[in-house]
Amino acid sequence: MTAERAISQAIEAQIRQQQEHDEAGNSKFGFIVFLLSESVIFLSFFAGYIAYKTTVADWYPPGVTGLETKEPLINTIVLISSSFVIYVAERYLHDQKLWGFRIFLLATMAMGSYFLFGQAVEWSSLPFSYTSGTFGGTFFLLTGFHGLHVLSGILLQAFMLGRSFVPGNYENGFFGVEATSLFWHFVDVIWIILYGLIYVWQ
Amino acid sequence: MTNISLEPIDIVRGQPYPGAPDNWKRFFTFSTDHKVIGIQYIVTSFFFFLVGGLFAMIMRGELITPEADLIDRTVYNALFTMHGSVMLFFWTFPVLVGLGNYLVPLMIGARDMAFPRLNAVSFWMIPVAGVLMMTSFLVPGGPSQSGWWAYPPVSLQNPTGNLINGQVLWILAVAISGVSSIMGAVNFVTTIFRMRTPGMTWFKTPAFVWAVLGAQLIQLYGLPALTGGAIMLLLDLTIGTSFFAPERGGNPILYQHFFWFYSHPAVYVMVLPAFGIFSEVLPVHARKPLFGYRVIAASSILITIISGTVWVHHMYASATPPWMRMFFMVTTMLVAVPSGIKVFGWVATVWGGKIRFTTPMLFALGGISNWLFAGITGIFLGSVPIDLHVHNTYFVVGHFHYVLYGAIVMGIYAAIYHWFPKMTGRMYYEGLGKLHFVLTYVGTALIFLPMHPLGLMGMPRRVASYDPEFAYWNVVASIGGFLLGLSTLPFILNMVSAWIRGEKVGNNPWRAYGLEWLTSSPPSVENYEQLPLVISGPYGYGKNQPLVSNIPNPGLTEFPESLPKSLMQETTS
Repeated sequence: MTAERAISQAIEAQIRQQQEHDEAGNSKFGFIVFLLSESVIFLSFFAGYIAYKTTVADWYPPGVTGLETKEPLINTIVLISSSFVIYVAERYLHDQKLWGFRIFLLATMAMGSYFLFGQAVEWSSLPFSYTSGTFGGTFFLLTGFHGLHVLSGILLQAFMLGRSFVPGNYENGFFGVEATSLFWHFVDVIWIILYGLIYVWQ
Repeated sequence: MTNISLEPIDIVRGQPYPGAPDNWKRFFTFSTDHKVIGIQYIVTSFFFFLVGGLFAMIMRGELITPEADLIDRTVYNALFTMHGSVMLFFWTFPVLVGLGNYLVPLMIGARDMAFPRLNAVSFWMIPVAGVLMMTSFLVPGGPSQSGWWAYPPVSLQNPTGNLINGQVLWILAVAISGVSSIMGAVNFVTTIFRMRTPGMTWFKTPAFVWAVLGAQLIQLYGLPALTGGAIMLLLDLTIGTSFFAPERGGNPILYQHFFWFYSHPAVYVMVLPAFGIFSEVLPVHARKPLFGYRVIAASSILITIISGTVWVHHMYASATPPWMRMFFMVTTMLVAVPSGIKVFGWVATVWGGKIRFTTPMLFALGGISNWLFAGITGIFLGSVPIDLHVHNTYFVVGHFHYVLYGAIVMGIYAAIYHWFPKMTGRMYYEGLGKLHFVLTYVGTALIFLPMHPLGLMGMPRRVASYDPEFAYWNVVASIGGFLLGLSTLPFILNMVSAWIRGEKVGNNPWRAYGLEWLTSSPPSVENYEQLPLVISGPYGYGKNQPLVSNIPNPGLTEFPESLPKSLMQETTS
């Protein structure tokens, strides 16, 4: 009995250690589950957009023939490339090179901000508003909701940048940075679909 | 109060929890212990249950006479809206999340949920959202009058013209409870996938855990669609977009799709945990293994999948094209398959068992019988020709109240009675419990059964006055409604008095077979002295094999000394 007890205690000590180490794994799993769920909001907006576009008779408001695609394309390229930049930042962090991480994270933030700036410029020059029928409504809903996500991503990155100056911040792994990066990729993927739906399919 | 909570509790080394284990004050703190949070959820939502029940009784009072004489019609509209919203968003969802919160970590041998602080945040959003919804009684124009589904264009009318109106508050409250549900769902799914104790493979996991997993997966894929619809509705209402407003070129039917894509599966978010409760309670009180455990467990996931494809059966009358009606009629009928598998499994579990008619067993059996009835009327409603006739009548009201009250609320009561000794270490009073069951069962039949003939006769729902030919059944239903209101009194009396001075009954008064019964009652902060190593599947009644290798389980083979006298007589006779 005592021998069995000793064995079971040894096993349990191992399990405890495993679980302790796995907290970061739990967080990552939970975050992926959350992102999958979040993507359904976008999917339902996309579904709504498709339903409106295929059924509404007068899709464009009077005086509007379509959307300008050139500047949004530049925006798109910047946003998608920033996904690679944040990946490089993450690699630097894994190699314990903090300054490389900070510089590339800052570059990501700059590219994200450029995207938001470009979007604001585009919004201000549009000949229609969010009250211009379902076209105006869905356009501003989709780009606006996505823009909010970009903004949250930039804020998360700023937070991670600040945290990188805290000594001992990475003793328990890089979950915060990994989540930020994952979120940024998510925002990018959503934008690709969104760009296809709104700008390419006109 | 909050300074306690900001320090993460060391669940591994189990630092002493601030405050004695029986200190009631911990229920008013930002505690991160899943057991405290579970009870917080249950008690808070029960308060909202009483509020929603009060609304229902006022409505039943109005419906005793055919004329609208007790309350104003607009008040009646506000009451049925608030009744539905409160009962769903602030009673049924949270109370089941609370039960899951309490039981899932214990059942899978975890020390807590995966994200304890997130768990506490999810809970505290519920009272905030509930109070927010209640404040809509105070704003000019009163609460929303568009029903719990808030269909446009009714929900877009905003007769007072204020920015802060009942409908806006309704949307905000539902949004907050939605955020809370999503965070809870992430927590549950992560916990169930990653925190199961060693040896607990998927098919050694209790059926209740499977059911909670299925329900929370629905929250994850369904709730965001409602959130999307609610955002668009809010924009229509406040800044004048035209998504759902037909006079501005919008499409109100699209809202119905958004709404029902979540809100039909939401029924399964509520009923799956109730199924799980039935699957847990029956084997214990019939002393038999759960019949077809693997199939019952897997059918929960099957329901999760199929329930995502049936939502249009709420919209047969919404100018839905015939091919769509046919498709959704078939998928709706398909849901009956996994549900029927479960009912078959439960009946076969009880068949030939050594049944103890304790209060939880009575509630479970009552709940299953009601579920069977509700399922059959559900098949009626799922078929297009019948649905088009009884659409928007009391037949529908009777059907879904049989699901929600007859099956789900009875399941919740069964769970509360069954695990009451686990949560408190004390036994409830059996006599009061049986009185509660009789009142509830008779009340349920009296109020909801007459709604079926009323619906077939053609009485529309959501009306404050009606044709005198419907008077007879309405009086019967109202009597049942007041009986249900009465039935909560013995329950409250039972719970409060038993919690304070009930008989102490030890760790496993039911001689139940399951991880949660291996630990002390109430469980310590970190649940288990040592993590259980599971070596056999759940429900091993009559198999005489240990459930875990490292914790002895007395009480399974011999009678514990502390078995309450009343039960001792029943089990020995």
